[in-house]
Amino acid sequence: MAYPEHEHAPHSFWTRYVWSQDHKVIAVQYTITAIAVGLVALVLSNLMRLQIGFPGRFAFIDANHYYQFVTMHGMIMVIYLLTALFLGGFGNYLIPLMVGARDMVFPFLNMLSYWMYLLAVVVLMGSFFVPGGPTGAGWTLYPPQAILPGTPGSGGGIVLMLVSLAIFIVAATMGGLNYVTTVLQARTRGMTLMRLPLTVWGILVATIMALLAFPALFVSAVMMLFDKLLGTSFFMPAVVSMGQALAYKGGSPILFQHLFWFFGHPEVYIVALPAFGIVSDLISTHARKNIFGYRMMVWAIVIIGVLSFVVWAHHMYVSGMNPWFGFFFATTTLVIAVPTAIKVYNWLLTLWRGDIHLTVPMLFAIGFVSTFVIGGLTGLFLGNVSTDMPLSNTYFVVAHFHMVMGVSPILAIFGGIYHWYPKVTGRMMDDTLGKLHFWVTFVGSYAIYFPMHYLGILGMPRRYYAYDNYAFIPPSAQQLNAFITVAALVVGAFQLVFLYNLARSAFNGKPSGSNPWGSASLEWQTPENPPGHGNWGPALPEVHRWPYDYSVPGAEADFLPQTSTSPLGGDDAKPDKDTP
Amino acid sequence: MSDSTHSPTTPPSGLYGLAADWSGDGNTFKVPWGKAMMWVFLLSDTFIFGIFLSGYMAVRMTTAEPWPNPSEVFALQVGTTSLPLLLIAIMTFVLISSSGTMAMAVNFAYRGERRRAAVLMLATAALGASFVGMQAFEWTKLIVSEGIRPWSNPLGAAQFGACFFMITGFHGLHVSAGVIYLTTVATRLLRHRPSDGEAPDDGRSGDESRVEIAGLYWHFVDLVWVFIFAFFYLW
Repeated sequence: MAYPEHEHAPHSFWTRYVWSQDHKVIAVQYTITAIAVGLVALVLSNLMRLQIGFPGRFAFIDANHYYQFVTMHGMIMVIYLLTALFLGGFGNYLIPLMVGARDMVFPFLNMLSYWMYLLAVVVLMGSFFVPGGPTGAGWTLYPPQAILPGTPGSGGGIVLMLVSLAIFIVAATMGGLNYVTTVLQARTRGMTLMRLPLTVWGILVATIMALLAFPALFVSAVMMLFDKLLGTSFFMPAVVSMGQALAYKGGSPILFQHLFWFFGHPEVYIVALPAFGIVSDLISTHARKNIFGYRMMVWAIVIIGVLSFVVWAHHMYVSGMNPWFGFFFATTTLVIAVPTAIKVYNWLLTLWRGDIHLTVPMLFAIGFVSTFVIGGLTGLFLGNVSTDMPLSNTYFVVAHFHMVMGVSPILAIFGGIYHWYPKVTGRMMDDTLGKLHFWVTFVGSYAIYFPMHYLGILGMPRRYYAYDNYAFIPPSAQQLNAFITVAALVVGAFQLVFLYNLARSAFNGKPSGSNPWGSASLEWQTPENPPGHGNWGPALPEVHRWPYDYSVPGAEADFLPQTSTSPLGGDDAKPDKDTP
Repeated sequence: MSDSTHSPTTPPSGLYGLAADWSGDGNTFKVPWGKAMMWVFLLSDTFIFGIFLSGYMAVRMTTAEPWPNPSEVFALQVGTTSLPLLLIAIMTFVLISSSGTMAMAVNFAYRGERRRAAVLMLATAALGASFVGMQAFEWTKLIVSEGIRPWSNPLGAAQFGACFFMITGFHGLHVSAGVIYLTTVATRLLRHRPSDGEAPDDGRSGDESRVEIAGLYWHFVDLVWVFIFAFFYLW
């Protein structure tokens, strides 16, 4: 892109901060919107916990509201917070800076992507205000119950949910096309694929997965809208509802489950892979050591991406299927443990004998490894058909997926925000508040989810509004539930510390200088910090090495930036490099 | 390029060489940005149509009622004889022919014959528009004379109407969008003189590659039709 043209930097407030086509501004817009909608979901989760911990004490939470809270909490957290923040937030900000581009390849499309996302959020929030309220069908929206009377929000609520999802998918596609094309085509001179930071690899593969998995959600949303509004019977068998035989017949509810999970399982890795990448970069930078096994890390990301498309039916063991299918899906599911374990070992081996700085981003990165391992181990139980059957409808599953794709990606997001905040604002976030935020969130997460494993093995069913009169649930379970609720409220409240830190540091934070963490990767080598419009000044940078040259023997500084022409260090983990 | 790690005289061989070639920097596989993006988009769109068709096949297998016989439902009455698949044969012929005119347009665009390229694109768009017109005729016939609706079907399974209208409708929208898209690119081609094109080196598309990118989309829409044709009319 010719630079002089790009000197047409926007000057008015509106073109610079609102209708902006600059990837950095769009990233911040995405991030703030995602955090705002995530706060709604956080409040909803605390309301749910109030009901479970202290049943009947809060009269305004009736059964219908409870199901609506469950549904909206799940959908918002998975789609509108995690997916949007990783791809729209981190992806937008970091891809052009990390590959050495001036912007995304199609800035206008990028801007449209954000506005479509905002529209999707507005439509979703609108469903709180329609008669009947938002849908309470559970975040999986299984038909037939999702669109039948008796389920809360089966009128306007489910329609707005489906419409909002369709709009979100359009937004994610517009953004995703940009991210993939930018990584493939707009890399600067010398930036080979095997010199990309793992963050970019994670976001790239996650984006490709999003482009291939979201179509399944889009199609199932369209079909369910037709079932609801036109009276077609794609997913609807002959049903007697409220004593009346409905006009539906001959459809297949199982088809929806297949389509939903063909999207839903890759979705898990759409939020996990960017987290993997971010955590890899944080660990390497803050341990002042090159990432262990870079090539294997890249291949593990790619292999996980591929495998995640052939495991979806492990979410459907309890729906019933041919035992051979169960065998197939259990096998593919457990095979994913191999590349995932490679990643965990490589993180640990990167930390091994590193010069570990326990900065706030590093704490979150290490916290991620911990929660991800715990959540991954329980996944082994749920991936096997015979152990999944008794556990599937219990709190064991709630504990599992909250550890592995709730807490873990959120910790990576926090780590990423603390790490790149100086890049975005030129100021540091407050260290003490950050550490307070980390310890409460990290320990609190264990306090919330660890006991849930016990409750699950006790047989406490998930998605229930109340647990009265179940002989097999001992009274002590209620005490545990109350404890979990208190922990959840504390963790929820302490997120305000993060928000305060985020807002206050933008104006009052300590100035960070251009490269506060001594990071080698390209995004810290911009001429200005925060980077100006066009990112790189008059000339694009030239890359001579991978982004992990830390503590190179013989080098003057303890890191060599990617732009350095020093003969020391260099690409990839040469086998003899670590040994002196 | 001065690379400190590999000496330039000994490139890696075998699989390592293959991986090294494929992971080269941005100059290795330089194409216009729009072209790369169109390919990625088409890959994503392939999944949309693939899932639509898989859903259709699943529903067709699970429904309890018999599926209407395609050679009767899609037959056209000419005089007193009923000719099966006549209309759809014409529609398919028209759409496939439009791929031919599109390919010629791309050829002429790269040869610098902008006028001919633009005319051929407009011809492609006209063929596409007539396809959509015939589709509207077919829908009318099914709805008015056969009484088929998305929610009901006097000839058998209700899912027939639901799947047919949804999938051919979604494809028809793609063709209609393509007609608009082709017309826009053709108009641009007529208005611009060659010197107006941006420098070809910066990743943005010149007018010629705009024609090719539009062609990619159009051929894709035709290819999708071949599958819809096979799955709805021949099964």
